[in-house]
Amino acid sequence: MNPSWQKGYSTKSVYLQTPFHQGIGYVNLRINAAMIQVQNVSKHYGELVAVDNISFQLEKGDVLGFLGPNGAGKTTTMRIITGYMPPTKGSVYISDIDVFEDPQAAKSHIGYLPENPPLYEDMVVREYLDFVADIKQVPNREKNGRIHYVMEKCGIVNVGKRIIGHLSKGYKQRVGIAQALINDPEVLVLDEPTSGLDPMQIIEIRELIKGLSGERTVILSTHILPEVTMICSKVVIINKGKIVLEESLERLTNKIDGIENILLKTRYWGEEIQEKIISLPNVSDIRLGLSNELIIEPKKGVDIREDLTDLVMQNGWGLLEMRPVVHNLEEVFLRAISTEGN
Amino acid sequence: MKGVYPILKRELRSYFASPLAYVILVVFQLVSAMFFFLNLKGFLHLQFDPSYQLLREELNLNTVIIIPYFDTMSIVLLFIIPLITMRLLADERKSHTAELLFTSPIKLRSIILGKYLAALILLIIMLCLSSLNIVVLMAHGNPDLGVVLSSYLGLLLLGASFLAIGIFASSLSSSQLVAAVIAFGILLLLWLVGASSDTESSIFGYISLISHFKNFGKGIIELKDLAYYLSVIYIGLFLTHTALDSERWR
Repeated sequence: MNPSWQKGYSTKSVYLQTPFHQGIGYVNLRINAAMIQVQNVSKHYGELVAVDNISFQLEKGDVLGFLGPNGAGKTTTMRIITGYMPPTKGSVYISDIDVFEDPQAAKSHIGYLPENPPLYEDMVVREYLDFVADIKQVPNREKNGRIHYVMEKCGIVNVGKRIIGHLSKGYKQRVGIAQALINDPEVLVLDEPTSGLDPMQIIEIRELIKGLSGERTVILSTHILPEVTMICSKVVIINKGKIVLEESLERLTNKIDGIENILLKTRYWGEEIQEKIISLPNVSDIRLGLSNELIIEPKKGVDIREDLTDLVMQNGWGLLEMRPVVHNLEEVFLRAISTEGN
Repeated sequence: MKGVYPILKRELRSYFASPLAYVILVVFQLVSAMFFFLNLKGFLHLQFDPSYQLLREELNLNTVIIIPYFDTMSIVLLFIIPLITMRLLADERKSHTAELLFTSPIKLRSIILGKYLAALILLIIMLCLSSLNIVVLMAHGNPDLGVVLSSYLGLLLLGASFLAIGIFASSLSSSQLVAAVIAFGILLLLWLVGASSDTESSIFGYISLISHFKNFGKGIIELKDLAYYLSVIYIGLFLTHTALDSERWR
């Protein structure tokens, strides 16, 4: 067997031959039904390496949170996936179609909301959606139904007759999302869908995206970290064009919970406190916090709060504060980015 | 060639949704009417000139009104076409809609063709409106219809070539102003390069946009002139395609 198949490298057209016949034709062998496959993609702008050998794959129904600081290469990666620009190296498959071998077929599976919604400001909302449906080759008999559906789904029915240029930013963003959905795409690529919106609109757009996932495969870039925990099932963090972390959200949160530290603050302050605490059976590490507090790292999965209180009480150090330090995504994010930087 | 029609439709709609198309149509109509009127006035003046009697054969409606009229029209087009084409691609880039177009399942050449045809339709509307001048002339005299028709064919081909060069200029920049200036610069260069020579005697005469128009004005439709204009249109559109395609690879 071809070893590359075992790496999950999707389908190959194989000419089936049997000993008895000449052959029965080409068949697609589905080794791994990945919806999106990004394979060793790099993008260079002259000297600058914007994306450096990125690979990941998404199954049907995955919602990927694509994180990274500004200029990390998120937008470039998304543009490559949607076929807006070709990669310098590597390839992208959308439901087993190579985006650059057969762009027309691949693009018809994708809905894309760029960072700036691609709106013709002089058009009326409905007319605009009609145009997008046309260029995305939605069949004429389904067109009106689709337009109606996306307008309803994105909550823009009441602005259908208004000129796009006169809409508020939140409505423009919704029209942008409606545009991406018009051809009922299996893959939805959203570049910072909630940027520049007010908190209320952000919540609405998030709900909308959550409602859209399920059957669809969604890639969503953002720099709002809580958004990822709310919407996504998988996280990829990139920095300086490289993937520094790729994890399912489930495992990521487990990881976070597993290393929950305890912050302890006492009135009495002395060297022996640290010594005594570290000698507790379930403590694996201890370090000094910013303002005379101790950060205590327990052994994995053990709750040491009771032991700690007992110890403080026995010695009469005067307990002022004790709380778990939540390792949130922010911390994971910062750590992922900074380790790469070193 | 799927996708040409929706692009064309949107582009035309967008021309007429803004004042641009109307302003261009009105300006072109006014300027052409003015030149026509001046030529007509000159012709009437000659009627009362005693020396006119001697030159009656040469100084007829065709030589005094029609031929100079179409010559001026061709120059007016030179100024107006960059304004028609400047927004075609530059604006897509500015309003970020290029990302929508280039990630849709339609070919780049359909996008370019749709836009080009929309501009061509605007040009045809412009020329049709200006033909009212000739209609007036026909009502009161009998100009040579052959010359009028071949001049219009020439003007259409010339304008279509200008449009192809203009759309190429528009593919080079995200600023409409820059696109218009580039288009105007190229057109003026191609216009003037052969101003002093004719198509036969030198290469400059051959590549010049103006020298190929002269035959149409005389009522002569030559294959080499048709081939010239069609090649200019093809090269313009081809360069546009190349410019947009190579930009993505950079």
